[in-house]
Amino acid sequence: MEMGVKEQDIIRSALQGRRRDLSRLLTLIESGFEPNIPLQESWTMGVTGPPGAGKSSLIGNFVDYWSSRGDKVAVLAVDPSSPKSGGALLGDRMRMVSADSGDSVFVRSLATRNHPGGLSAYISTMIDCLTACGWNKIVIETVGSGQSDYRIAAFTDRILLVDGPDRGDIVQAEKAGIIELADIIVVNKSDLEGSEQAAEAINSSLSMGPSPPPVHLVCSHDGAGIEELIHDIENCIPEARSALRARERLISAWDSRLLNNPELNRVVGLLETGSITLEDAIKEIASSEV
Amino acid sequence: MKVIVAKPGLDGHDRGAKVIARALRDGGHEVVYTGLRKTPNEIVRATMDEDAAALGLSTLSGAHDVLIPAICEELIKEDMGRTVVFAGGIIPASDRDALHALGVRAIFGPGTSTSEILDFLNEVSSRKKSGEAVGVGESSEWRWE
Repeated sequence: MEMGVKEQDIIRSALQGRRRDLSRLLTLIESGFEPNIPLQESWTMGVTGPPGAGKSSLIGNFVDYWSSRGDKVAVLAVDPSSPKSGGALLGDRMRMVSADSGDSVFVRSLATRNHPGGLSAYISTMIDCLTACGWNKIVIETVGSGQSDYRIAAFTDRILLVDGPDRGDIVQAEKAGIIELADIIVVNKSDLEGSEQAAEAINSSLSMGPSPPPVHLVCSHDGAGIEELIHDIENCIPEARSALRARERLISAWDSRLLNNPELNRVVGLLETGSITLEDAIKEIASSEV
Repeated sequence: MKVIVAKPGLDGHDRGAKVIARALRDGGHEVVYTGLRKTPNEIVRATMDEDAAALGLSTLSGAHDVLIPAICEELIKEDMGRTVVFAGGIIPASDRDALHALGVRAIFGPGTSTSEILDFLNEVSSRKKSGEAVGVGESSEWRWE
């Protein structure tokens, strides 16, 4: 999309700190606009983990802590779109108690719009904008995710994996996947039975590796363990992961391009009726790329 | 459309708001639900951060004639006059004209079908596309009846 006069005004105003226009700018980015903004080094953390582990509530704790200490905290909270209706129910905001409370907190809910990996390539553009607008702590909450969902590595420097007490036996912690990438692991709901055993199982599994990440047992509900966790987050030196990051960024950009291809629906229609093969469909899409 | 469903004031339950949020999701909208007991300022702040096209306010407590005007005025003041505001819950017929005069485009009472609310949003969407004034701060006589 070309930068028009209106977009330029919105960018200028957002960079000057006008919240209303930052919000408009994010909407433009969501619809494919790529603003030209000054790049700065950002502070980013991805929060991921299965549905219901307490990711949003925990982010609410972080928001309270950081904003009360003078940080400007921005949260991009992603929830799934319906594969049937295309609609979405974005409920993360309601779990973050102080989401709407002050000038040092900005929360934006985003729907996946059925993007593979649950995160669209424009997340990185949004992070650049938020950073340029003065938000010095940026937290990305993923959709409730599983063992092999690590697209978040494309976008954030730190990865926090949140789990609950009801995670099954130790073999679950032995499996490969996101658990190997997390810089810090959190077992939330420490007030519930089984949470200590869950933390112990994760700890003992990871202790076999070279540099095991810290495992924190916390309760976002009453704040137990939160300060210690935040201390570790602030002092954590994230693993570089540069090759993985580059790979995930490329796949994400590739996915976005495929989903935005104007021929996509037509080709899907042809596949549905069986009039072309999968191989032909891929060729059709590839040849429609300029 | 991106729609916020909000619960201003001190209502103790939100069954209705959740049913609406779910129905709008199934109608293809991206719905942000705020949760219970929000102040007008918090609702306006959420509407701004989310850059929502529409705001649905559910009130059961009888405080609609204080809370809804406060929200509408603040939206206009904060440069969100193009937001479409609709309301639902327990709002007596005698109070409705005053709310419509503030720019509230629809008021849905008990017994409203969820498909009617979707019809309203579809109508809003097509009016927005053709450039007609439907926002809370835009001058228009149009209301859903």
